[in-house]
Amino acid sequence: MSVQTGSPSGPPELYHRPMSFWWWLQKRAYFNFILRELTCVFVGVFAVITILQIRALSQGPDAYAEFINRLRTPGFILFNTVGLAALLFHAITWFKAVPTTMIVRFGGTRVPDQVIAGLHYVGWMVVSVVVAWILLLR
Amino acid sequence: MRGITPFLWFLFGTGGMVSALLFPIHVLLIGLAFPLGWLDAPDYESLRSLVIHPITRLYLFVFIFFPLFHWAHRFRYTIYDLFQIKHGAQQPIAFLCYGAALLGTIFAAYTLLAIA
Repeated sequence: MSVQTGSPSGPPELYHRPMSFWWWLQKRAYFNFILRELTCVFVGVFAVITILQIRALSQGPDAYAEFINRLRTPGFILFNTVGLAALLFHAITWFKAVPTTMIVRFGGTRVPDQVIAGLHYVGWMVVSVVVAWILLLR
Repeated sequence: MRGITPFLWFLFGTGGMVSALLFPIHVLLIGLAFPLGWLDAPDYESLRSLVIHPITRLYLFVFIFFPLFHWAHRFRYTIYDLFQIKHGAQQPIAFLCYGAALLGTIFAAYTLLAIA
């Protein structure tokens, strides 16, 4: 038996026009999408930096001082500035998406999107203040 | 992979929320305000005593574990989209992403348990 593709008896063979690698530069919305998705790279890197900071802390005052000095180098300052911007973009787009992914009903009616997003912003501010409080009162 | 897909989405979602709520303030303080001298950083001993507290260790594990898998999941699909990866080549990328997140989690757990 021979396999014939595209024959009248088989499924039609569709032609896919090859897409350019630069497809995400063709529309503003595509670009924003890729930018949003790539914020995860900074999330991953900052998680790893946190592990390394805890490790330096566990290795004693000298190792920790060395780690802190490295954070003062221009490269890290630049990276952290870009990274903070990416994290803010991640947080804002995340809270914007939450009402779509989380449907909350209260007393039979659906809680409006703005209320759910707003509560997340309030929560964001509260936990930020608590973290700052704990770190600054040391 | 198919059987654990809902679990991977759960890790992605939780990690997205944890990193959105907590990462900006951490990076603002530890990554910019302290190194640039805008604010006084906690000294070694007080930071160490804070970190060895069981609740802080649990907090830091949550802070690292979920966001690592958030990265793995989102990065996996971004690679698929960006490079238009077809079905056959998707599996190795997925294994690399979740594998890296798993290694990071083990490293974090070890570091958090070893500190004293």
